[in-house]
Amino acid sequence: MKSSLTEGAARAQLPAALPEGNSDGTSNGKKDSKQDGKLSLFRLLLKDRFATVSALVLILIGLTALIGPALMGDLATKQNLLFANKAPFTFAHGWEYFLGSDSLGRSMLARLVVASRTTFSVALPAVAVALIVGSLWGVWAGYHRGWRENVSMRIADVIMSFPSLLLAVVVLYVFSPSSANIVLILALTRIPIYLRTARAESAELQSRTFVDAARTFGAKPNAIIVRHVIPVVLPTLLTLATLECCYVMLAESSLSFLGIGIQPPDVSWGLMVSQGRQYLQTAWWLSIFPGVAIVVTTIAANVLAAWLRIATDPAQRWRLALPRKRLIARIPAKETQP
Amino acid sequence: MLIYLRKRIASSALPLMVVIVGVFALARMTGNPASLYLPLNATQQMRDAFSARNGLDQPLPVQMADYFGGVLRLDFGQSLRTGQDAAAMALRAFPATLQLAATTMVLAILLALVVGCWAALKPNGIADRISSFVSMAAASIPDFWLAIVGIWVFAITLGWLPTSGVSGAGAWVLPIATLLLRPFGVLVQIVRGSMVSALSEPYIKLARSRGAGELRVVTHHALRNAAAPALTVAGDLTVGLVNGAVVVETIFGWPGIGKLMIDSILQRDFAVLQAAVLLTAVAIFALNILIDMGYALLDARVRPVTVKA
Repeated sequence: MKSSLTEGAARAQLPAALPEGNSDGTSNGKKDSKQDGKLSLFRLLLKDRFATVSALVLILIGLTALIGPALMGDLATKQNLLFANKAPFTFAHGWEYFLGSDSLGRSMLARLVVASRTTFSVALPAVAVALIVGSLWGVWAGYHRGWRENVSMRIADVIMSFPSLLLAVVVLYVFSPSSANIVLILALTRIPIYLRTARAESAELQSRTFVDAARTFGAKPNAIIVRHVIPVVLPTLLTLATLECCYVMLAESSLSFLGIGIQPPDVSWGLMVSQGRQYLQTAWWLSIFPGVAIVVTTIAANVLAAWLRIATDPAQRWRLALPRKRLIARIPAKETQP
Repeated sequence: MLIYLRKRIASSALPLMVVIVGVFALARMTGNPASLYLPLNATQQMRDAFSARNGLDQPLPVQMADYFGGVLRLDFGQSLRTGQDAAAMALRAFPATLQLAATTMVLAILLALVVGCWAALKPNGIADRISSFVSMAAASIPDFWLAIVGIWVFAITLGWLPTSGVSGAGAWVLPIATLLLRPFGVLVQIVRGSMVSALSEPYIKLARSRGAGELRVVTHHALRNAAAPALTVAGDLTVGLVNGAVVVETIFGWPGIGKLMIDSILQRDFAVLQAAVLLTAVAIFALNILIDMGYALLDARVRPVTVKA
């Protein structure tokens, strides 16, 4: 009983420590046990080349979105018709036109940087809202079982069985397509994912001995959920959330592309692809570069999520400790002869 | 079988009802629906006339009954743009989407079965690498961007394919290739995974020991069992295919239901939007039932026991 408790607590600390571990993994933490977890996870990350690169890419894009617009905000709206539709990959017109310019002579580079903030400021809140609401709801439904579970699952089924874009289309028709509405509709369509996962895990956990013990000692359901169930479920849900960032980013850019997402004069990567579409014959870079930005970000998040899934699972973690070549040789061998 | 079907119909009818009620609720939530149905620059007289004509001055329950009656009779009113019957417009656009979606789905399943089996038989082989690359791409590349890159490369730079339209076989290539990516990427992983586990089952050993050829083992014994999970996922993917269809139809000017929806949004034509959304919901509902039936035919364990006379 005690071992499962401590294991749960240890697992819970790992992903929480990860973001810090990326940026200041070498700094000295105060608590020894916490630092151990942080350091070893950081070391594991360094061992996997792909995961390291994706983490670095994500940090870079995150920093760009955070401080870039303050530096380049004016540049992104500055029009200069002398430099309209300049081709990319040349410093001839100055560094700001390295990635070319649009039909109004605005710098592509600056616009991409400013758009990154819009994209993140929609995707991250949407993921956060869906994660919090879906997880709490799912854990609650799974812990209590019975009618609460059934009703919650039916609601999830209803949302899932309807194409998310159609839902967004109708809602954004009725309400104006503002940032807040897009966040809400994206969160709403993704809540069932967390709801289902959290419910399944928590339904399994609530029959475990350590939860039973807590119940016997007279802990209230909500206290048990917060102290014993959530810490164990959290790694799975955070991994899922990393993966969901990709989905939500793609969904936001689809909406913006279709003209019912971010509205001009705001700019997001999806909107930029859509705006560049009519210049495809003369200025291909207007559509292609924002798309590349989306693809690079989502691939990095995907790779990191795949790594996180293995790293936070104690049963699979040993795989990451192996050198990469042996790892590749080992997985299929294990799968084909169970 | 019938009982099973009835149960499934009942459970998938719930989302359909939610959609129908939801559209009504949304249309009323914003206050006066006239502001929803009419263009933004409509005059006050137009709004009043619209309210009176559509019974919007009646009490809410009466309006609701009217609405449900309209849905049952497929009467969603008239398009503001063309003055045509909204349901007729949606029905006319439907076959184009259906052709596109059905072709894509059949291609995706066939390709996924072939590549997935091949990848399962030879781990780390070419097919295995292709399948993991495509799955990664499917999860990270926005479909609208893929379509635009396709147009840029194959239509503008190389000039092999038309940029849009429905004339000729060439016009089908890019829309289908764009739509294909996501379902194929997901399905190939599913097929590969379930084939790997099916191939390690005792009955495969038995079949081999009885002298069955490798092709027969794969197609008759392993694939039959491995196909069931792929079919279930294919059902979920079809729902997602509607999302892709909206994007692809908009880009390639495909006269289907997705383009109709986006056009009616951009031109504030709520009657048509409503008809198109509800028709799509019904189509998804019907499709789910078809998939359940296919699942029951394929997997004897799901099928309720029938005693042969």
